[in-house]
Amino acid sequence: MNPIWVVARKEISSFFDSLVAYVFLIVFLLICGIFTWLYGLFVQDIFIRGQADLMAFFINGALPAIGLFIPSITMGMIAKEWKSGTIELLLTKSLSNYQLVIGKYLACLLLIVAALVFTIPYIVTISQIGDLDLGRTLSGYFGLLLISSAYISLGLFASSLTEDQVVAFVISLVLGICFFLLFSVLASNLQGIGSEFFDFASFFSHYEPMVRGVIDTKDVIFFLSITFLGLLLTINQISKRR
Amino acid sequence: MDILIRNLSKHYGSQKAVDNISFEVKTGEVLGFLGPNGAGKTTTMKMITSYLTKGSGEILIGGKTFDQEDMRKHIGYLPEHNPLYLDMPVLDYLKFCASLQKVPSNQIDTQIRKMVRQCGLNNEKHKKIGELSKGYRQRVGLAQAMIHDPEILILDEPTTGLDPNQIVEIRALIRQLGKEKTVILSTHILPEVEATCDRILIINEGKIVANGTSETLRRQASGNKLLKLRISGADSNQIHAALSGLASAKMVDIVNAEQNRFELQSSEGTLNEDVFKLCVKNNWVLLEMVPFETRLEDIFRDLTLN
Repeated sequence: MNPIWVVARKEISSFFDSLVAYVFLIVFLLICGIFTWLYGLFVQDIFIRGQADLMAFFINGALPAIGLFIPSITMGMIAKEWKSGTIELLLTKSLSNYQLVIGKYLACLLLIVAALVFTIPYIVTISQIGDLDLGRTLSGYFGLLLISSAYISLGLFASSLTEDQVVAFVISLVLGICFFLLFSVLASNLQGIGSEFFDFASFFSHYEPMVRGVIDTKDVIFFLSITFLGLLLTINQISKRR
Repeated sequence: MDILIRNLSKHYGSQKAVDNISFEVKTGEVLGFLGPNGAGKTTTMKMITSYLTKGSGEILIGGKTFDQEDMRKHIGYLPEHNPLYLDMPVLDYLKFCASLQKVPSNQIDTQIRKMVRQCGLNNEKHKKIGELSKGYRQRVGLAQAMIHDPEILILDEPTTGLDPNQIVEIRALIRQLGKEKTVILSTHILPEVEATCDRILIINEGKIVANGTSETLRRQASGNKLLKLRISGADSNQIHAALSGLASAKMVDIVNAEQNRFELQSSEGTLNEDVFKLCVKNNWVLLEMVPFETRLEDIFRDLTLN
């Protein structure tokens, strides 16, 4: 079996063996449910909008939930290995730095996929009460996956910087606040090149077209580049400490 | 598989952790790695297992340089503080290690059963590692190191935390494994080295200060034979004079004049006979004659305390 998959499988089973996966899934669905159906945080909730789309879920529910939960699942990924010394066990076996990091990345991504699978009833419900644009919905899900992928790789990098999980959590949360919120705010408040730069760096400005059903290669490449960069920095950080 | 280390060095900042060491371990040999804390034992082992990148020098395993991950499957490694995933059950953990070491999937179960038996984990195999006592955790650490039947075993303090019975078992296991495999073990328990190792390597401040079997080390360290005597039948000065007259005696000390206790040092083998014959000739009674071997502890102290 490929070592990447061995690592990923171990992480996934430890998610489900501990309470992490269940707590994560329950709270994820709770947040998504409240902000999609009951209370509109950024855009109005489904009933007030009166449109058969998942805009409320994509912007109100999933985005904050992902922004909050990815740091909590990535924080221990590498920090815990440093702290307990288990990284020494892993890296003296037939496993390279990159296989370790990618295995962990996949495990986190799969947990997010599992959480998103549980929101399929939303699609079913809304398609019953109105004429749902399926292409647009799938494009939104695709965007969520890309944004998660980018944020997971940043979270893993934060986790590789320190032995302390709390520090790793705070670092990735700060990174998240920057990419999800702060950069968009700066982009709208600044003018000229500053505005353009922050608009380019903001996750939201690349995600928002996908919610509208526009998949632009530029946006896809943006998220994949962030993912790649994050993983590369993580691998580099591990090599550096050896 | 032989291990050949040539001019290996490693710096931490300006501090030299390992300073230009060279040695060789042959297949079927158990090498004991001794040294005070911070001497560079663990650093050397970590470099051999490729966890740490080497500073300079060469590590040849089976004649090849150790750069590819592929070579790691020939090595079983028990790190110093025996890090383990405490929330994993023993069997799952062993399975995880076996898959990482690329044990073919149809052999994984056989290997796990073998390790569970060999390391005495049968009653604990379904428990989580965090629920196990230190001794059992150590066994799990050993089991994961040997799960893929490696040709080389590197064990950093393998018997810490074990009770005396377990220590005996694990030593026997290491000795048995050492017949076919190449084993390097580090320890600070000196009798352990004598009990398990074919050869001893003492390292101090990053340098090798002794390398050989325990007998060789003893010979090198003292060079002299020490004999403790208690003789009655004459005045201590008289006996002292007679003992000093022996051709084979190099140095004679009176330890206790009233009890007629003496200490003799000699490099020659016939000292015991000569003393006996001297007593018979003078009609003295030889109450005690204790040959005194230099203990490994003393050699260790001599070599590592500057």
